[in-house]
Amino acid sequence: MTKIWTIPGGVHPEERKEQSLQLPLAEIALPKELVFPLSQHIGAPADPVVKVGERVLGGQLIAAAHGIFSAAIHASTSGTVSAIEERPLPHPSSMPGECIVIEADGEDEHIAYQACEDYMQLSKAEMVKRVRAAGITGLGGASFPTAVKLNPKSNQPVDTFILNGTECEPYITADDMLMQTRAADVVLGAELLAHILGDPERVVIGIEDNKPKAIAAVTEAAKGKAIEVVSFPTKYPSGGEKQLIQILTGREVPSRKLPADIGVVVQNVGTAVAAYEALRFGKPLIQRITTVVGEALDTQRNILVRLGTPVAHILAEHGFQAKRASRLVMGGPMMGFALDTPDVPVVKSTNCILAPSKTELPPAAPAQACIRCGMCAEACPASLLPQQLYWYAQAEDFDRLKAHNIGDCIECGACSFVCPSNIPLVQYYRAAKGTLRQMDIERQKSDRSRQRFEFRQERIARAEAEKEAKRLARKKAAEKARQQQADKPGAAKADVVSAALASAKPKAISAEDELAKLQRAVASAQNRLEKLQQKHDESEDAAQRDKFSAQLKQAALRLQEAQAKLDARQAIPAPAEAVAGVAASATTDANDPVAAAIARAQAKMSMPPAEKLQANIDSLQQRLAKAEAKLAAARANDGDTVAALQAGVDKMNEKIAAAKQELAALAAPTAATKPEPAARPTAAAPSPAVPPVKAAPKPEKPDAASVAIAKAQQRAAALASMAPRDKLHQQVKSLEGRLEKALERLAKAEADNDDNLDAFRTGVEKTRARLQQARAELESEQ
Amino acid sequence: MIQFLLDNPFLSALVALVSLAVTFGAVLGYAAVQFKVEGDPIVEQLDALLPQTQCGQCGYPGCRPYAQAIADGDAINKCPPGGQATINTIADLLDVEAPTLDEEHGEESEVKKVAYIREDECIGCTKCIQACPVDAILGAAKQMHTVIASECTGCDLCVEPCPVDCIDMLPVESTVSDWKWHKPEPYYQRASNIIASDKTSGAAA
Repeated sequence: MTKIWTIPGGVHPEERKEQSLQLPLAEIALPKELVFPLSQHIGAPADPVVKVGERVLGGQLIAAAHGIFSAAIHASTSGTVSAIEERPLPHPSSMPGECIVIEADGEDEHIAYQACEDYMQLSKAEMVKRVRAAGITGLGGASFPTAVKLNPKSNQPVDTFILNGTECEPYITADDMLMQTRAADVVLGAELLAHILGDPERVVIGIEDNKPKAIAAVTEAAKGKAIEVVSFPTKYPSGGEKQLIQILTGREVPSRKLPADIGVVVQNVGTAVAAYEALRFGKPLIQRITTVVGEALDTQRNILVRLGTPVAHILAEHGFQAKRASRLVMGGPMMGFALDTPDVPVVKSTNCILAPSKTELPPAAPAQACIRCGMCAEACPASLLPQQLYWYAQAEDFDRLKAHNIGDCIECGACSFVCPSNIPLVQYYRAAKGTLRQMDIERQKSDRSRQRFEFRQERIARAEAEKEAKRLARKKAAEKARQQQADKPGAAKADVVSAALASAKPKAISAEDELAKLQRAVASAQNRLEKLQQKHDESEDAAQRDKFSAQLKQAALRLQEAQAKLDARQAIPAPAEAVAGVAASATTDANDPVAAAIARAQAKMSMPPAEKLQANIDSLQQRLAKAEAKLAAARANDGDTVAALQAGVDKMNEKIAAAKQELAALAAPTAATKPEPAARPTAAAPSPAVPPVKAAPKPEKPDAASVAIAKAQQRAAALASMAPRDKLHQQVKSLEGRLEKALERLAKAEADNDDNLDAFRTGVEKTRARLQQARAELESEQ
Repeated sequence: MIQFLLDNPFLSALVALVSLAVTFGAVLGYAAVQFKVEGDPIVEQLDALLPQTQCGQCGYPGCRPYAQAIADGDAINKCPPGGQATINTIADLLDVEAPTLDEEHGEESEVKKVAYIREDECIGCTKCIQACPVDAILGAAKQMHTVIASECTGCDLCVEPCPVDCIDMLPVESTVSDWKWHKPEPYYQRASNIIASDKTSGAAA
């Protein structure tokens, strides 16, 4: 005698099994239309492989499994595929789902099934393949694809195989009837499945002790075979997979684990028979035994029904009285679900169609408050705390629900059954489990969204960075180009003078260029002339000679022109002086001697003193040359200006000598040269610009300019000989004087609202600044 | 040595305490360096609670920035897609009172929605692609675009930029696979007729 364990909790509802056992197993007439939902198993819906209008035979594949967790679907009779459309599903939601609809032709023609005598000699892989091809799922109710269950992981050896013939729910007798009528096939199926699972040590067929006929039949069939047939006391829900394992092995399936994890596999007896039929006779799963029961029916019995048969057809065959029925249930009274419409088909997991009368199964009484009696906890076969779960489910406190292992609830309904307050406890758990599952899916989705979002952010940031890098590179290149451009014409200065200088410089350059160009033109013209002359001399032809002479004349003319231009050009002062001249004229035009003086001074300052002096000397020498020319002309004309001119020339010579001396002094590196630049502006400022400004309107008195220059030079010389303190003092004084003058001019300009007011102001300010500087220097000296 | 310690109980206690302090100080110091937590763990936790629609209805450019803002002290009731459930869980996490959803940022919608592009009308401007925070729209310039429904968070951000208004937000239809049982109404909300006084109280309710 095999040892039997017990499960915690459990209830003893009224069995009512005898109602459907009075009549033998029967078959009913084929319906006109059969409906095959594509999703009648756990996992992905099957893919239809037939087209609308196609004729199909019984046993023909109409939908192939989509992936591993899926099952094939076969036509259960011959007919035409009339539609593949949405129909209401046998599901608690009563939602519509995709179904293949077959219009039966009544001939019930089947494909030729490939029987296999020695199916036990097939390889295990082939066996699993055939089971899978037959579309077999668990017929107990969960519809788990059997082929998946027959492929346990290699690291989980199966030591016990249990065939579940418990059928603990009230009313249902389908498995009982199967075991009574086909005990031999049940045993063969058990042997077959055990073989596929690698012949585990124990093969047990577990049957509740309320099925004496079935126990007797199976025990008889299993005689002499290594199969234990065990009967155990009736208690709901012993038929639960985990509960049955506990009863028969004493082992408990850990939370969140599968039976395979503890080396046990459980299959329903119906599944075993279906597997046997599939391998032995090549028959796919197209029919099953279903209990049709309830006092709202005239006939209550078990029928062998084709899958896809509408419930309405079955009810009609059994004299269903809608008025008497309290509801229509698919499955048992504990775990089944009410059908909204009888237009749903029988599917692989339909083990019972229950049509109870109102007295038989009255509508649920209204729920009342939980009185904390604890009966639900006593009844729970999974040792959970149903009332705690109830509170948390009501409050939707999912963390606590998880902490109380709501996932281990098998939704057997024992707690609801015992509840004195009629609280539909199991409904709360189902809802909470559904929400948890949904939350899990949403969590996964949000994780994916987060990943995608973060990836996108990263990608955008990368693109931005690349753009920025490119922009920087472009900026750098542009700056470099600008710098190169800026380096070529020299650094631009901000103030007016340098701007003027800058604008004057290109002119000076262009003047130089022009000069060079003209010189080149003259040279080439000369060259040409020579060549033409040569040709002219060489040629003998008269006509040609004429032509050459004409060309010669032209060339000579051009040469003359070029020569004239060159002469005119060379008459213009040297570039440095041109610059000064431009600056000066720019300011004199503006009638602004102060600014002009400052500008000139600055222009001078920007030159090193030696160069300045050299320029001075050059200009003096030029002027001397002119004066000498004038003198010569006057002498030739015997003019009365001769004496005056002579005096001028003499003075000029003196000045040049003085300047040359100064240059020599400057060249010597003495300490005295240091204050020179500071002293220079006061002394030298008027000197170079004097000729164009003062001498121009008085050409007959060229001496005035040279006198001023001489004065300035004398002053400079005096300054140079002075002590630095005195020098500074002098400087301050002169600056003060200039400032006064400048202020006077500014006042006047203001009164006249002169256009160059700004220039005046800057002049005054600059003078003032210089004065301050000089004063500061003086003070520091003192 | 032992005799010395026994003779000077005060000194030995001092030595023992100091040596303990030094030892544990060293252990803690090592742990602080070795097991340093990178980043702000509270932001991670908050981010995990937010619905990741990246819709920006809270005023931040995505869920993570809002998580950061909450960690920095912003209000926790600015997330309409998460709704009251998210507010409650965040309030739980931060151990604060759960406020109601700030309607200023939008209303909690009853049903989930996904964007759907009426493909005949799409002109292929790519504006919705640029707007999508989770790259759930496929398409290229001058090519028809389409939404990858399984990746769409229903954030609405693509609707506004569409120049031809060809994007609809369609409610996600529930199917058998995502169907779940409804929670029964609690007993006190149901009119019960068990005893005579229930009738009046039921009517009143």
